[in-house]
Amino acid sequence: MMKPVIETQDVVKIYHDGSIDVHAVNGVDLTIAPGEFTALVGPSGSGKTTLLNMIGGLDKPTSGRVIVDGTQLETLRDNELIDFRLRKIGFVFQAYNLIPVLTATENTEFIMLLQKRPKEEREARAKALLKEVGLEDKLNKRPLELSGGQQQRVAVARALAPKPAVILADEPTANLDSHSTANLLDIMARLNKEEQTTFLFSTHDQRVIDRARRVVTLEDGKIISDESFDR
Amino acid sequence: MLLKIAWRNIWRNRLRSGVVITSIILGVWSGLFVIALSAGLNEQRKVSVIENSISHLQYHQPQFLDDRNSKYVVTEVDEIVDQLESDTAVKSFTLRSLVNGMASSARGGNGVVINGVDAEKEKGVTTIADHLIDGEFLPEKGRYPVVLGEALAKKMNVRIRSKVVLTFQDANSEIVAGAFRVAGIYKTVSSKYDEMNIFVRRSDMEELLQSDNAVNEIAVLMNDFESIPPFVVDQRAAFPELSIQPWNEIAPELGYADEMMEIFLYLFLGILLAALAFGVVNTMLMAVLERKRELGMLMSVGMNKWRIFSMITFETISIALAGGPIGILLAYATIHYFQSVGLDLSMWAEGLQNFGIDTVVYPHLETKYYWSLAIMVVVMAILASIYPARKALSMNPAEAVRAI
Repeated sequence: MMKPVIETQDVVKIYHDGSIDVHAVNGVDLTIAPGEFTALVGPSGSGKTTLLNMIGGLDKPTSGRVIVDGTQLETLRDNELIDFRLRKIGFVFQAYNLIPVLTATENTEFIMLLQKRPKEEREARAKALLKEVGLEDKLNKRPLELSGGQQQRVAVARALAPKPAVILADEPTANLDSHSTANLLDIMARLNKEEQTTFLFSTHDQRVIDRARRVVTLEDGKIISDESFDR
Repeated sequence: MLLKIAWRNIWRNRLRSGVVITSIILGVWSGLFVIALSAGLNEQRKVSVIENSISHLQYHQPQFLDDRNSKYVVTEVDEIVDQLESDTAVKSFTLRSLVNGMASSARGGNGVVINGVDAEKEKGVTTIADHLIDGEFLPEKGRYPVVLGEALAKKMNVRIRSKVVLTFQDANSEIVAGAFRVAGIYKTVSSKYDEMNIFVRRSDMEELLQSDNAVNEIAVLMNDFESIPPFVVDQRAAFPELSIQPWNEIAPELGYADEMMEIFLYLFLGILLAALAFGVVNTMLMAVLERKRELGMLMSVGMNKWRIFSMITFETISIALAGGPIGILLAYATIHYFQSVGLDLSMWAEGLQNFGIDTVVYPHLETKYYWSLAIMVVVMAILASIYPARKALSMNPAEAVRAI
């Protein structure tokens, strides 16, 4: 059996809201193999984003273990977590979150730059990925000169550029129209296959759920279903 | 790339950055100009006192400094004159008889310092002759000419050829009086000086004092300020029984003013930059708080704290560097211009003259102040970036990335 790229073991996250303890994630065991294209679904407050944050090293569990690409996250110090995110995780955010003063190419290069990759490699990879996402004619455009769908495609290129172990996408289609959503999902599904990168989405969007090969449903911080599809 | 981001970030909100950059330009420009003006005023006051009155150094009998009695004369005049004439560092010198006395006219009297001088020698040391507004400076012909200041002339209601009686004590404490005719009226930048000092021929003083040598003071002008201290040391060794004082001992307030001016200038620059720093902090804080999501993204994707701190610091420094050099260049141009043409402050002439300052001021600023300010601007920017940068670093990336 292939070694999982993401593994959570009895993960619990409790937030303290005044005198009330809120169990955002309540004993989640989840294993994701390399190359999976998984949607994490559930109603608002079900714990999707909290779980995604813990897998991405942005938050620490109250108890339980999170292991990503062989690294046990709760043992890492803050600066080690930052480095872990830089090396292993690609993020795609709901609001795109591109750097407004950089062009599409520069935004795509940015994480590779933080990783101190050589200039030639950065430029070649950024251009190739932007071509892959259909933005070869927008290389020098800044985010404000791009549509929402185009910005999210740059965000996907940016996340993929350093070849991370996992791409975590938090509601990536929430701000997109149906055409852009379909286009983005096509691109992500193709890149998932071509680059063999693991994708994990949190989403409410049925269009995303319909394209996922595995759908994990959360409710009240617990996994209530875990289904795989042959797509 | 961080530098590129920092520079481009400045121009994201052109109006806001423009306002803060303009405030830095104006602050630096006006600050440098004001301190150049202060330095110019101070320098002019110093030069004015040196040129009109005290010169670079003076020789006296030590007792004369405590009791300005005409009997305390400099005894080694010939040896001193020989040395002064042969030393190339000496520009000029003058011998003076000094006595406190009373000047009287038909209108009234006034306490004065009577300066008995050799007209030609005095012209080489002080600028009194250049400040004549009427008559001439102690002509060789004519009996007992006197030159007095405009302020005193007005007070005593005298004009050219008016009679003035000078009364003073001789070496034996006997009262001596002489009737003088006004030969010239001068006006320096200091009305106080003009009211107190009158000039007569030294030969006339010696005649009235019935003395062959009535030299109470030798005043010397050197070629430059740097040669004063070693020359004083040499002369003190050569004439140990005399009091030989450089200008900053004769008028310590002038020396203190120089030292105080330096402290004041740096203090002023510091206060100015502190005020500007608050403007920069405010701008950067706004920039950080409105970019929460972007900063959250940067932290999420693995940009470490040092890089985020550096980015905000670069950005703050970029704002300062966008304004600082322009302000410095503007100040340099303005100071340079007014240094050659002078700044006419005749509106405040009366007040300035009470302080011994000319109505046309020539601002000037040493190069070191420009460099100091440039460094201080960068330091200010770094300090001003600390609070906004700390604010950015205190954000939780998971929350910041979702901020609205």
